[in-house]
Amino acid sequence: MDVYTFLIQLLNGVQYGLLLFLVASGLTLIFGIMGIINLAHGSFYMIGAYMAFSLASLTGNLFVAIVVGVVLSVLLGIVLEWALFSHLYKRDHLEQVLLSYGLILVFEELRSLIAGNDVHGVAVPAVFSGSIPLTDTLSYPVYRLFMSVVCLALAGLLYLLIHRTRLGMMIRAGASNREMVAALGLNINLVYRLVFALGVALAAFAGMLAAPVSSVYPGMGTQVLIICFVVVVIGGIGSIWGALAAALLIGVADTFGKVLVPQAAGVTVYLLMAAILLWRPEGLFKRSG
Amino acid sequence: MGSARGAVNGKAIAIGAALVALLLFPLAGATFYTELVTKVMILAIFALSLDLLVGFTGLVSFGHAAFFGIGAYTLGLMAPKYEAASLWVTLPAALLVAGIAAFVVGLFVVRVKGVYFIMVTLAFAQMFYFVFHDTKFGRGSDGISMNFKPVATIGSYTPFDLANVAHVYFLVLALMVATFVFLRVVLRSPFGRALMGIRSNEHRMRSLGFPVYRYKLASFTLAGTLAGLAGYLSALQFGFVNPELLSWHQSGNVLLMLILGGVGSLFGAVVGAFAFVALAEIFQALTTHWQLLLGAAIILLVIFLPGGLASVAARLKRTLVGEAIDE
Amino acid sequence: MSDAILVTRGLTRLFGGLEAVSDASIALERGRLHAVLGPNGAGKTTLINMLSGDLGASSGTVAYKGRDITRESADRRSRMGIGRSYQKTNIFAGFTAFENCRLAAQSRAPRALHVFSEAVRYRPTAEAAERALAAAGLEGRGERAASALSHGEQRQLEIAMVLATAPEVLLLDEPLAGMGADEAARMVQLLKALAPDHAILLVEHDMDAVFAVADVITVMVNGQVLESGSPAQIRASAAVQQAYLGDPS
Repeated sequence: MDVYTFLIQLLNGVQYGLLLFLVASGLTLIFGIMGIINLAHGSFYMIGAYMAFSLASLTGNLFVAIVVGVVLSVLLGIVLEWALFSHLYKRDHLEQVLLSYGLILVFEELRSLIAGNDVHGVAVPAVFSGSIPLTDTLSYPVYRLFMSVVCLALAGLLYLLIHRTRLGMMIRAGASNREMVAALGLNINLVYRLVFALGVALAAFAGMLAAPVSSVYPGMGTQVLIICFVVVVIGGIGSIWGALAAALLIGVADTFGKVLVPQAAGVTVYLLMAAILLWRPEGLFKRSG
Repeated sequence: MGSARGAVNGKAIAIGAALVALLLFPLAGATFYTELVTKVMILAIFALSLDLLVGFTGLVSFGHAAFFGIGAYTLGLMAPKYEAASLWVTLPAALLVAGIAAFVVGLFVVRVKGVYFIMVTLAFAQMFYFVFHDTKFGRGSDGISMNFKPVATIGSYTPFDLANVAHVYFLVLALMVATFVFLRVVLRSPFGRALMGIRSNEHRMRSLGFPVYRYKLASFTLAGTLAGLAGYLSALQFGFVNPELLSWHQSGNVLLMLILGGVGSLFGAVVGAFAFVALAEIFQALTTHWQLLLGAAIILLVIFLPGGLASVAARLKRTLVGEAIDE
Repeated sequence: MSDAILVTRGLTRLFGGLEAVSDASIALERGRLHAVLGPNGAGKTTLINMLSGDLGASSGTVAYKGRDITRESADRRSRMGIGRSYQKTNIFAGFTAFENCRLAAQSRAPRALHVFSEAVRYRPTAEAAERALAAAGLEGRGERAASALSHGEQRQLEIAMVLATAPEVLLLDEPLAGMGADEAARMVQLLKALAPDHAILLVEHDMDAVFAVADVITVMVNGQVLESGSPAQIRASAAVQQAYLGDPS
């Protein structure tokens, strides 16, 4: 493998990792703050991608599609939390797992009904459709670089939100003591609803962003979900840095795995997880509680 | 104490009646229904195996289908092309392979706490799914078709014919009852009691001196082995295995069976299997997009009936019999 | 100190930058009841947690019968003979009081491979459970669901469970917490009865109880051992008076 191919794969791996981080941070937020494990989180990613596909073909502009899509996913998050997930705060993990499993089934069938089972493509926006040349024959797509930049920016914004704003303070307080926050008069229900909507929006946005690169296809939700689980197990819930590091590790490992050992394509990530579990069952990074 | 004894008798009568019904069923029903109930009883074994893990040890696994599939694939991969395999060789082999797989996976996952356990079990199950779906070893997404059903011949004597629907029915019924009785006995043993202690208060169990990790690993391995039994019987019944046996749908459905019947009750696991198949059959008759109905039903079930059908039964009993709850 | 069973040297525990326990050196002897006093936040529970293995030490050592057990897990320490009761009642809520104790006793005779024998029929553990229940004052209450017991009875069950494991060392974290006067008096009697055959570490807030039963008292403030000595010494100590005894808690 020459330097340029290596560089390309590395960039791909980082880009994939950053995307995973976005999705995983939504999952981590919801579990870390509200204690809810949501298997349907991958479905939000899929919903985002399908929204990008349908809205982009409707409006002809991916950016407009993404903006509209984010708004819609926030609304979806609010409705879901109000209707379903707010019932789960005091319930045990088994019930949360089952309810979100039911939700996956609903989402998958609705998708099948509304958008069919075909694979769809989404066009890269014209402004990013170029490539940066590396050699005579190799070049790197600008859109992928754009994706990485956007993901990093969002990661930074997320950090600022959680650690530097009043809302973030309330969120962190809500994580440790729901009753106390409620007693202080802060509307904990509203905070939870917003956090959930944020989590949904993050996953959906990631799906929208990724659509031109990964295509839009039925199994994409569960695929990303399971990889996100591996990210969370390795990186630890409650640790944004851990999730980032783990996501990058997995993104790079998966990308290089697929290139070096194509027959064992999907398995690299699991082997990595298994190895890390053997060495450090608590995950690579310290959990914050 | 009289009401408690009455409750025990009620349950015993219910189980007895169910058993009699199952014994007589093939005589009354058409072949289709006999095969359907066979399929349900196989799922009941699957559900029982998971109940040991979830309901009695408190370990929620979302990857139990992996061991079901491994049991099935053991038969699929062992079945020769041009003759029938022996039941007496392939069944123990399936149990052994599923058990070893469960033990190995257990070594990795049992140390993982709480919600992460759910995630890693799902992840490992997906890994096995990939092995069977994408590699040459697993024969790929088309699965394996067996040309011959296994035979139960020992020497020159064939006690039953596994190509006969009724014979398979009774074999599965016997194994389901055996699994039920076996688990009942195990749960009354010191080992079983320790598992239940772990479910109730793992921290205190450690504090009292129990090596909790070993108990969890043993439970995981045993549960995986029994799931392998169910998988083997499934392959035997259908003569066909494919990677979907290990899918997360399968893992989710078996969890659903537990919650339908009431977690932590062996009888509930069996009831849950029947309830699940009944629901699936009804929904499938209504529409091709039946998973939508199933998903909605699950959501409603969790929100309104977390105790499953068992809680409905308990509530019904209280209203009908008018008993005050004995404290 | 030839009878010293459980000895700590320089035991320290850090949480981030905070020293919850700093340089604690304590020795427990068989037949002696060693009480630990201190205001809330003094580090008493953290200390007990490090002795029982519920929490690891940041530095320092814990030795049991001469053997370094600083890195040993809680379950291994329990099997060695170190028993622990909890301040926040830590029972098996769904089981009967008897089953709580029987399970505790089973830890000494796990019989994990006897999968075909009924656990409750094994006489030795059943008898150990009965004895533990009786010792803790719960005779006749065995068939009650643990969750249905009164708070005081649950505290008694908490002790009974430890006793059922027949330990040599008893680490008791506020056994009198939330008890009425009669129940507390009964518990004090129990502690006096247990003292000769065990090495006891007692963390408690109830002053009267402590001075009634303790052979040695250690006072902790802000994670550090302020003073250690006989009840008379502690009572007379000006430093302790100032730091703690004057404070109505």
